[in-house]
Amino acid sequence: MNAALPILALFTLLALALGLYARRGHDMGLEGWAVGGRGFGPILVFLLLAGEIYTTFTFLGASGFSYGSGAPAYYIIAYGALAYVLGYFLLPAVWRVGQANKLVSQPDFFVHQYDSPALGVLVAIVDILALIPYLVLQLTGLGIIVSLASYGAIDKAVAIWIGAVIVTLYIVASGVRGSAWTAVVKDIMILAIVVFLGLYLPYHLYGGIGAMFAKINTAKPGFLVFPASGQSIWWFATTVLLTSLGFFMWPHSLGACFTARSANVFRKNAIALPIYQLILLFVYFVGFAAVLSVPGLKGAATNLALFKIVIAQFPPWFVGLVGAVGILTALVPGSLIAMTAATLTARNLYGLARPDAKDDEIVNVAKAFVPVIMLIAVYFTLSGSSTIVSLLLVGYSFVTQLFPALVASFFPQIGVTKQGAFAGIAAGVLMSAWLTFTGQSVGKLMPFLPQAIKDFNVGIIALALNVIIMVAVSAVTARKALQPARS
Amino acid sequence: MRPVYWIALIPFVGILAGPVLHNHVHPFILGMPFPLGWVSVWLVITAVLMAVLYALDPANAGE
Repeated sequence: MNAALPILALFTLLALALGLYARRGHDMGLEGWAVGGRGFGPILVFLLLAGEIYTTFTFLGASGFSYGSGAPAYYIIAYGALAYVLGYFLLPAVWRVGQANKLVSQPDFFVHQYDSPALGVLVAIVDILALIPYLVLQLTGLGIIVSLASYGAIDKAVAIWIGAVIVTLYIVASGVRGSAWTAVVKDIMILAIVVFLGLYLPYHLYGGIGAMFAKINTAKPGFLVFPASGQSIWWFATTVLLTSLGFFMWPHSLGACFTARSANVFRKNAIALPIYQLILLFVYFVGFAAVLSVPGLKGAATNLALFKIVIAQFPPWFVGLVGAVGILTALVPGSLIAMTAATLTARNLYGLARPDAKDDEIVNVAKAFVPVIMLIAVYFTLSGSSTIVSLLLVGYSFVTQLFPALVASFFPQIGVTKQGAFAGIAAGVLMSAWLTFTGQSVGKLMPFLPQAIKDFNVGIIALALNVIIMVAVSAVTARKALQPARS
Repeated sequence: MRPVYWIALIPFVGILAGPVLHNHVHPFILGMPFPLGWVSVWLVITAVLMAVLYALDPANAGE
């Protein structure tokens, strides 16, 4: 047995124990389970929102993307900061509506704002379609991490099954509190490990960060700046803007907003989160350090860059420690995603079919849905082979379509009706799906345009269609629509 | 819209302007290629701007 295995086992059990312990002394009714009784202070809300930064996407995806693509990876560090600026205004407004009307899920918000249960069903379906790839992403990352960190002693599939069982156990037991308390351990550990790796590897292998970039620039000219076409500066600018709009549209991010005990929590977090985002630089440094020291990884194998360089440079016990951090970056967001998907399935789909269902029944149905959702995610994880970044972009393209209707709901004078919101979201999501699964780009669709516009993120098309349809249908239905219940 | 809220637009322009206007490796910023160094510095500037906005925002005076 290698030295990594006991460390991996220890931290996996620690995550499970913390997750189960989190329920002590707390009521686990629907509000306690799904939104922590709306009593979380700045630190726990910060960790739930910051948990979005440090998932396996960050750990493996950001390092792998910088290793494989170079400059285009810079978008990951940029969009979060702009999302927090938006969050300064958006989250307190959403929180107030949630607090006043006892909302527990993102579809609840749309149902309330537009007085439309049908819109809630549509949003719940969009959410589930986006959350499953995101959960698959976490499990894919978990399989890679455990398999590599255990030097192949634990098979990927076994790791994925163990992870799914642990997440199911502590989410069913503790709900959002389980995620929040495990996030405390995860973020402390990942800060220490990522900063250490991001400084040690460039200095040890190249003599410094500047020296590392200078050597990469000599060996691979153009790798550290944006290409003239394709993932160019215009792709960067439009991708940063689009993903910053989508950042808080993830149902588990908006759901985390309902856990706060005051609106001020979000405004304070908007100051701290951009600084926290800087830790991503150290993940980049690890990916860039691997460019010349473990060359040759292509496609989905670029996800392995961080672990390949760690295994090459460190003893097994340290590889086990890095693997343990990696496990937590999969389990914490994975648990929040599974809980959110189960909550909105129970509340907004089952609850619509049984409108007289009490909260106790809804929370029991939600808990029953957790293993179902995990099984679906495990199935897609074991049968897929996508890169981690591509999985995230599919989910992002879907949830971003909720942004126009959500913002419009705060401005009744714009006159967006429930029919307009429904049609806009449906058109945007269908267009996103078509663009994504047929591999379209602005350049392919409109080859006559200038190169700069051809490089725009193709998601712009879906979002533009969404807004046009939303406004047009609202104009047609405005006089017939019931007065919305906006607040 | 309160005039103080215009502060929030500055990071959108600042973060994107550097890479768009100067897509070159040199000059390095803090040992990093120009676009990455620029964005990193702007993360700190964004945090400072949000702190200024928070301090000036009447919504924070007195839940």
